[in-house]
Amino acid sequence: MEITHSVPIQAETLRISHRNQKRFNTVLYHGSVIIATVIMLYPILWLFASSFKGQDEIWTNVNSLIPKTLHFENYTNGWAGFGGISFAVFFKNSFIYAGVGTLFAVTASALVAYGFARLRFRGKSFWFTLMLLTLMLPSQVLIVPQYIIFNKLNWIDTFLPLLVPRLGGDAFFIFMIMQFIRAIPFDLDEAALVDGCSRRGIFFRIILPQLKPALITAAIFSFYWTWEDFLQPLLYLNDPHLQTVSVALRSFADPSSASDWGAIFAMLGLSLVPVFIIFIFFQRYLVEGIATTGLKG
Amino acid sequence: MSNSVISPPIENVKPTVTQRIASRRTAGKRKDFKQDTGTGYLFIAPWLFGFFLFSAIPIAISLWLAFTNYDIFGNWQYVGLDNFQRMFFQDVRYGHALSATFKFVAIGVPLRLIFALGIAVLMNTHRRGVSFYRAAFYAPSIIGGSVAVAVMWRQLFGSDGLFNAVIGGLGIPPTNWLGNPQTAIWTLILLSVWQFGSPMLIFLAGLKQIPAELYEAASIDGANGWRKFLRITLPLLTPIIFFNLILQLIGGFKVFTQAFIITGGTPLDTTLFYSLYLYQRAFNSYELGYASAMAWVLLAIIAVLTAISFKLSSFWVFYESKEG
Repeated sequence: MEITHSVPIQAETLRISHRNQKRFNTVLYHGSVIIATVIMLYPILWLFASSFKGQDEIWTNVNSLIPKTLHFENYTNGWAGFGGISFAVFFKNSFIYAGVGTLFAVTASALVAYGFARLRFRGKSFWFTLMLLTLMLPSQVLIVPQYIIFNKLNWIDTFLPLLVPRLGGDAFFIFMIMQFIRAIPFDLDEAALVDGCSRRGIFFRIILPQLKPALITAAIFSFYWTWEDFLQPLLYLNDPHLQTVSVALRSFADPSSASDWGAIFAMLGLSLVPVFIIFIFFQRYLVEGIATTGLKG
Repeated sequence: MSNSVISPPIENVKPTVTQRIASRRTAGKRKDFKQDTGTGYLFIAPWLFGFFLFSAIPIAISLWLAFTNYDIFGNWQYVGLDNFQRMFFQDVRYGHALSATFKFVAIGVPLRLIFALGIAVLMNTHRRGVSFYRAAFYAPSIIGGSVAVAVMWRQLFGSDGLFNAVIGGLGIPPTNWLGNPQTAIWTLILLSVWQFGSPMLIFLAGLKQIPAELYEAASIDGANGWRKFLRITLPLLTPIIFFNLILQLIGGFKVFTQAFIITGGTPLDTTLFYSLYLYQRAFNSYELGYASAMAWVLLAIIAVLTAISFKLSSFWVFYESKEG
């Protein structure tokens, strides 16, 4: 009796301890991951919390994420800008730069990608190799000579140095879109060709509609990089009325003159809002873009 | 611009059977396609235009500038190798820039990759809430290059900033993190480690490719989690680790905005990163010739380090096809 009894009891205790172990692991996992995410997000939350804090508590009640009183006027004060120019102007400039720049870069990249991926022409592999080589070139090599060229062309204090180069497309995006075109079955091209469609027609009617995910991914990265670009606007847009948000924020938060930190934090936070909105709606495209091509976000 | 693409790491590792058949079929049919040079050049015309005007001609100019003492007013003389001699033997600050940059890369890149891999392993599960966690870990990376985050970081580590307040709660006395030559570079390294999102996503895509049967077989043989990580995950992931390493290495040498805003190269040039010093030479003291010479040396440094990495990779990067 005793022997036959002990076996099910042992199995039962084992099952319970196994279940407890599993539950313990789940709690341990979520507990540690949540602590890690809080640490990761704390600086960003702190930035937004500080944008609602009053002048009296911003540097005294530093580590609290909940302001004692909400100071929405930080946003109106910040929006008023500095030197008589409101942040409406800076945001407008940034949207022009990022919007038009992205449109140029993505459109050109799609055309070039189709040429390299689907068409046969003399010298193709030579140009393609050259394009891959430009990917390796650090931009530092180009900064100085480009500045001299644009200076000679009298393009300083216009958007031309920022936008015209993007009409040539971007080697990253060309490469990424090419990978995408290669995955589209060739039979579709063939069928269209048999039906009397031209190469140009194939691109616009067959390929382009299927490229939507790749184009969205390229557009997101292009927008991000342009939105946060600091060096080029700093070099080419000296007129305060032409400055982008990133350059304006640097002057606005200059440690030697800044005083209204609530307003500064408000504008820092506001400059991140377009980025987060895109992130929330298009996260899938971002994740796939990075995972498949190594593009940096 | 950001990182470069060397090869798509995941997709091309192992083409599926259908992909292989599809590519064989297209390769066969492509021969039937007539060569059409006119249309071809029409489509790549935008890139050709951009390449000649904004890459090829500037490269040629830059190469010429490197051997002159060109200034902002356009005055110049041919100076031979003077710029390079000055860089290597006379310019003390150039040495500071090199050592700051190497320190940043040598500490920052491995730390970033370790965090990226560690968190990617934690995210490689079907537990509830994992997509939220993944987004939270990635969020700092999408804003990390911006001026807003750089200003935030500066205030975070300021004397009355958040960091001092937090460690003050633990009883550690406040420090001027940005003004101390011992600590300033660590705030920038920490900022770079904080943005481990991109390598994390690349690792995650690689982890999902590892067949579950391998882990099941190891479990039957009695291997524990840590052993499975060392014997299965790490070896199979080495191609991805290598890919990430190259990307981060190249990216690490180009850091500019953060150092420009947060420390400006101070204190005592301990955070005077290469790109920052190049910018200062070019646009603060208008030595465009000298700055161009610096840019070519940077290109050489990156090229040599990349070549060394590729050479060393045969010792530790595991490719399935070789073993099979």
